[in-house]
Amino acid sequence: MAYGARVVQRDVDFEVGPGEIFVIMGDSGCGKSTLMRHMIGLHRPAAGDVLYDGEALWAADEDAVDRIRRRFGVLYQYAALFSSMTLVENVSLPLLETAGLERALAAEIARLKLALVGLAGFEEHYPAEVSGGMKKRAGLARAMALDPEILYFDEPSAGLDPLSSRRLDDLILELRDSLGTTIVLVTHELPSIFELGDSAVFLDAERKTMTAKGRPGELREASDPKVRAFLSRGRL
Amino acid sequence: MSALADAEVRLRVERPEPGLLVLRVSGDWTLDAGMPDADEVVRDIESDPPSRVRFDASGLGRWDTALVAYVYRVVASAVEGGAAVDLSSLPEGVRTLVGIARVVPHAGAARPPEDDALTARVGRVALRAWDTMSDAVAFLGETVIAFAAVLGGRARFRRVDLLHALETTGAGALGIVALINFLIGAVLAFVGAVQLAQFGAEIYVADLVGIGITRELGALMTGIVMCGRTGAAFAAVLGTMTVNEEVDALRTMGLKPVEFLVVPRVLATGLMLPALVAYADLLGVLGGGLVGVSLLGLGAVEFVEQLRSALPLRHVLVGLVKGGAFGIVVALAGCYYGIRCGRSAAAVGEATTRAVVSGIVFVVVVDAAFTVALHVAGL
Repeated sequence: MAYGARVVQRDVDFEVGPGEIFVIMGDSGCGKSTLMRHMIGLHRPAAGDVLYDGEALWAADEDAVDRIRRRFGVLYQYAALFSSMTLVENVSLPLLETAGLERALAAEIARLKLALVGLAGFEEHYPAEVSGGMKKRAGLARAMALDPEILYFDEPSAGLDPLSSRRLDDLILELRDSLGTTIVLVTHELPSIFELGDSAVFLDAERKTMTAKGRPGELREASDPKVRAFLSRGRL
Repeated sequence: MSALADAEVRLRVERPEPGLLVLRVSGDWTLDAGMPDADEVVRDIESDPPSRVRFDASGLGRWDTALVAYVYRVVASAVEGGAAVDLSSLPEGVRTLVGIARVVPHAGAARPPEDDALTARVGRVALRAWDTMSDAVAFLGETVIAFAAVLGGRARFRRVDLLHALETTGAGALGIVALINFLIGAVLAFVGAVQLAQFGAEIYVADLVGIGITRELGALMTGIVMCGRTGAAFAAVLGTMTVNEEVDALRTMGLKPVEFLVVPRVLATGLMLPALVAYADLLGVLGGGLVGVSLLGLGAVEFVEQLRSALPLRHVLVGLVKGGAFGIVVALAGCYYGIRCGRSAAAVGEATTRAVVSGIVFVVVVDAAFTVALHVAGL
């Protein structure tokens, strides 16, 4: 992964299994969000590819890319809600444009999704009129609008108080357990990593490569001292 | 002067033995008392590196961050020169803070200095210009493809976005377009009249105003005003959306930002500008007419008659077509810089400025191109 001539990470190689919660972690500036951007089709890899069930995202034609895109939803770090649209319009957008649903039906489903994340009653509010936590939940409702198989979360706890963060974690577990959704999380929140992560990968900012891969609990005993230190918050 | 004297008294630099540098700090070392320039000592250390550096704080009074900052700089320079540093005389707080500041080694990811030779600088500018140009051409291509999708009924954008753009671009601009063009018409009439009066040909002010406004100035002034108004707005909105990752969100939903965001704006501006230019022409001629009638003593009927005979429809139509072209240019410039915006608030400001400047430049360039082309075509 590179920005122009500047290499961010190399030799990153891992698999995310179906129905698993996969954590991408690493120190600041290691390229966690960049890796996620590569996986969701926003940044072309300098070398290598991202394969969805064997289908290469970056080598595919436009129709294939569209097909792959429908399989996942993304919750951006600050929700990335469209500020000129109400919450219900935000959540309806993928239903209208990507799934081509009728306006009335799309609105109904959008209302349901908003209710599922606890935002019933806020449908006609604009993003600027709700709190950060509510924006995140609305962003999640939008990411889930098409019932995707895969959900990407970029720093889901950013800007959330501990309780809201906890509630979001519970929601993530619920998604995996009842819907079998595969979840890819970029985070450095240790409680979330241990509670949620089935599998994880550690990106090292200095060595610019992946230095550990496996279950978070096992990685606490990883051979790399940096990984151990990260996972025990420096208190070994 | 006394402040400087104070500063000197508060710091004394001594070399009592070869290889030893002693810095005596005394008096108050606080932010309001001021701090001596650390550069002097650093230069001293660099020119004649000591093997040991010691601080003597026996006369130190009150201290705060000012002292810590000074010590930190001196220590950094001394250690870099290989000296051993003795801070034992300094208060514990200072030693602790300097220690914390020095825990994380300097990242050292300094960029290699850029080659400053003239050829290298020219080369870099040329390469950047080439990159910008090819990127702009790519954007233009994407927009054309998106419009082809519009014609095929396949484009995905919200109708409400188009309606909103039509309103802000059209109805929202009526006031400023009226004012500017009215005044331009008046000024044109006035300037022309002064010259024409020398030949007793004041009546031809009507021709001047009529043809000048409808064929050239109405469209040009409206185009430039719209750059500052609409081009800037588009760049700011799209730039902010880019910073907020909203454009990324569109992409991951499978929507093309050019179709969703750029098409309604370009369409709206392209449609509204000719209407605005017609309105501008009216106001411009009105302004010129008012000057003609009130200041030059021309009869109102006389003025209108002269205008009618001197102004074939051709000129008005040329102005309207130019207006449409200018509208498209303004919208494209605004949207291009907005979508290519960097990821910070400062970047949004930069994008807006570039959109306005480029928009104005291209409006004038397109105007010149039209003038030449129409001349060649005999229109």
